[in-house]
Amino acid sequence: MLYREAGQFKTRYAADMAIFPIRQDRIGILVILAVAFVVIPYFGNSFLLQAVMIPFLIFSLAAIGLNLLTGYTGLLSLGTGAFMGVGAYACYKLATIFPGVHILVWVVASGFVAAAVGVVFGLPSLRIKGFYLAVATLAAQFFLQWCFVRIPWLVNYNVSNAIEVPTRTLFGVPVTGPNATPTTRYLIVLAIVVAMTWLASNLVHGRVGRMWMAVRDMDIAAELMGIRLLPTKLLAFAVSSFYCGVAGALMVFLWYGGAEADVFNINQSFFILFMVIIGGLGSLIGSYFGAALIFMLPILLRYVPDQFGIPIRSATVEHLSFMIVGALIIFFLIVEPNGLARLWQITKQKLRVWPFPY
Amino acid sequence: MNLLYKIFLDPFVQMAAAPDLLAQTLWEGLVAGMLYALIALGFVLIFKASGVFNFAQGIMVVFAALTLVGFYELLRRLGVGPAGLAAYVALGLAVLVMLALAWGVERLVLRPLVNQPDIILFMATFGLTYFLIGFGELVFGGDPKIMIANELNLPRGALDLKILGGLVSLQKIDIAAALIASIMVAVLAVFFSKTRIGRALRAVADSHKAALSVGISLEQIWVIVWFASGLVALVTGIMWGARSEVSFALQIIALRALPVLILGGFTSIPGAIVGGLIVGIGEKLGEFYWGPLFGSGIESWLSYFIALTFLLFRPQGLFGEKIIERV
Repeated sequence: MLYREAGQFKTRYAADMAIFPIRQDRIGILVILAVAFVVIPYFGNSFLLQAVMIPFLIFSLAAIGLNLLTGYTGLLSLGTGAFMGVGAYACYKLATIFPGVHILVWVVASGFVAAAVGVVFGLPSLRIKGFYLAVATLAAQFFLQWCFVRIPWLVNYNVSNAIEVPTRTLFGVPVTGPNATPTTRYLIVLAIVVAMTWLASNLVHGRVGRMWMAVRDMDIAAELMGIRLLPTKLLAFAVSSFYCGVAGALMVFLWYGGAEADVFNINQSFFILFMVIIGGLGSLIGSYFGAALIFMLPILLRYVPDQFGIPIRSATVEHLSFMIVGALIIFFLIVEPNGLARLWQITKQKLRVWPFPY
Repeated sequence: MNLLYKIFLDPFVQMAAAPDLLAQTLWEGLVAGMLYALIALGFVLIFKASGVFNFAQGIMVVFAALTLVGFYELLRRLGVGPAGLAAYVALGLAVLVMLALAWGVERLVLRPLVNQPDIILFMATFGLTYFLIGFGELVFGGDPKIMIANELNLPRGALDLKILGGLVSLQKIDIAAALIASIMVAVLAVFFSKTRIGRALRAVADSHKAALSVGISLEQIWVIVWFASGLVALVTGIMWGARSEVSFALQIIALRALPVLILGGFTSIPGAIVGGLIVGIGEKLGEFYWGPLFGSGIESWLSYFIALTFLLFRPQGLFGEKIIERV
C-alpha cells in the first residue's frame, strides 16, 4: 500500500546488486539524510544536538565497529571500550605533538593507531574461539585501561590525569574545545559517521565482507575454501578497532570535551555490545537502531515521569531504569532474537503487501 | 641488565630470603583462589547443564548476600528471637529466595529462549544482571552492609603459626571458607557423577534435543541447576562478605573470576578449582613481588595474561573437554 515496487525492472547486474534496489528506499534514505543535515541543525535546540544526537551518532559508529567484528566475522569482543580509549588518547597525543596539522586529520589517524593495537590483541583469535575469545579480549580491556591510568605521558603529565581538549578551528570556526557550538560539532560528527557508514556498507557487500561472513558461518569450512584465516580475522579486528578508535576520538573531542580513563571502562564495552545485539548482529542499520534504543531509553525514562508530574526520587528513577532496561533487553531477545533490524525488515515486508497479504 | 635482573632474579632472591613472607603470600593467594574458584563454580554449573554463559553470577552473589542481611535486619526489627536464631531463619529465607529466583529465571527467561544461539542466551543474562542490580538497589538500598558472620557462628580471629623462622597468620574465617568450599565441591562432584539427576544434567549438557527425547524434563533440570548455582552464590556471598562488606562493588569479582574459568575450562568442576588456585596464587605473588616494578594495580589484568598464556597452548582450558569441530 505504502510501498510498491511494481514497474521497477532491473536490467543490469549492477542494479540487481544495488544496496537500495527499490526507488522508494533510495528516496527514503535521501529524505533521512536531508533531515539529518538540514532540518535537525536548523530547528534543533542545543540540548537535542548536544545530549541526544551527537552521542547517538558516536555510539552508532562504535556499534558499527563492533558489529563488523562480532556480527559479520563472528568474533565476540568485550574490549570495545578500551579500543575507543586508544583512539581518544592517540588523537590527544597526536593533536598536542603536532598542533599544526588539522584536528580532523588526527581524528581519522587515531583510528589507525587503534587498528594497530586491535591487531595485536586480535592475534589470539586464531587459536581461541567463542566465549574463550570474549574473555581473552577482556585482557585487552583491563590492560589498556590500566595503561590509561598509569602512564602519565598519555595525558601530557596533566595534574588532573585527564584528557583536556584544546580548541581547534576549521575555516576559522572553532570545532573542538569549549568555544565550539553544538551545531558545528553535530555537523562534523554527522559527516564523519555518514562517510564511515558508507565505507562499511561497501566493505561488507564486497569481497572482504563475504570472506568475513564465511569465517563467521564456519571458519574451518572457510579455510577449506581458500580463505586465509589469519589475515581475514586480523583485518576484521583492524577495521573494527579503527571504527571504535574514531568513535572514541569523536566522543572525547566533539562530545565530552575532556575525559578520564574511567570513561572507557568495561561498562562502555558492554553498553556497545548491548547495542549490537539488540540492534541485530550483522546489520549496519541495526547498529543505529540499537544505539538509539539503548542510549535513548534511560533518557526517556528519566523525563517521562517528570512530564506526567509523578514525583519520584532521582535515585529511585535510576534503579527503576536499570530494572526496565534489563527487562526490555530480555523482552526484545524473546520477541526477536535477530534484533531490531529483523523487526524492521518484517515491518517493511508487511507494508509492501498490505492490505492483501496473499 | 638492571631491569632484567629486577624482573627475573630479584623477586626469587626476595622469596628465598624471607620464606615466611612467601608462605603468607601463598596462603593469601590460596584463599583468594578458593573464593575465585567458588564463583567460577557457579558459572561452570550453569554452563555445563545448559550451555548458558551466565554473566549474572557476580550479581547473584551480591543479591544472595544482600537478601540474607536484609532478612536478618527485618527479623531483628520485628523482634524475632535471639540473634543466632534470626540469622539462621534469614539463611533459610535467603535459600528460598534463590529458589524463587531460579524458578523465575527458568520460567521467564530461559524457557522462551530454548534453542537460541549461545550469544543470545549470554545476552539475556546481561539483561538479568541489569534487572537484579536495579531490583537489589531498589529493595536494599545502595549502601554497603555488614555480613552477619558472627551471628552465623562463623569463626573469628587469626591463627598464628610459627614456621620457617617467622610468623604466618591465618585468618580463621579463611580456613573455614577453604573447608566449606572443599566440602561443596566434593558434594557437587558426587551429585554430578552418582545421582540420577546428575546424570540427567550431563545429558542435557550434551544435547537439549536428545535429552528431551529420552524424557528428561529440561525445565526441571534448569531450575535445579540455577538453584544449585544460587546456593553456591549464597555461600560465596557469605564468605566474601565476611572478609570485607556486602556492596554492589562485589559484583566486579565476577570479572576477576572469568580468567579462572577459561584457565580451567568452562565445563570442568576440578578445572574451576585448580584454575582458581593458579590465578589466586599467581595474582598475589605477581602483585607482591613484581608489582612494585610496574606500579601497583597490576592484579586487574595479570590474571588475564596468566590465563591467556595457558590458553594459547590449550584452547579449551586445562580441563575442558576437547573441542571437536566437524565441517
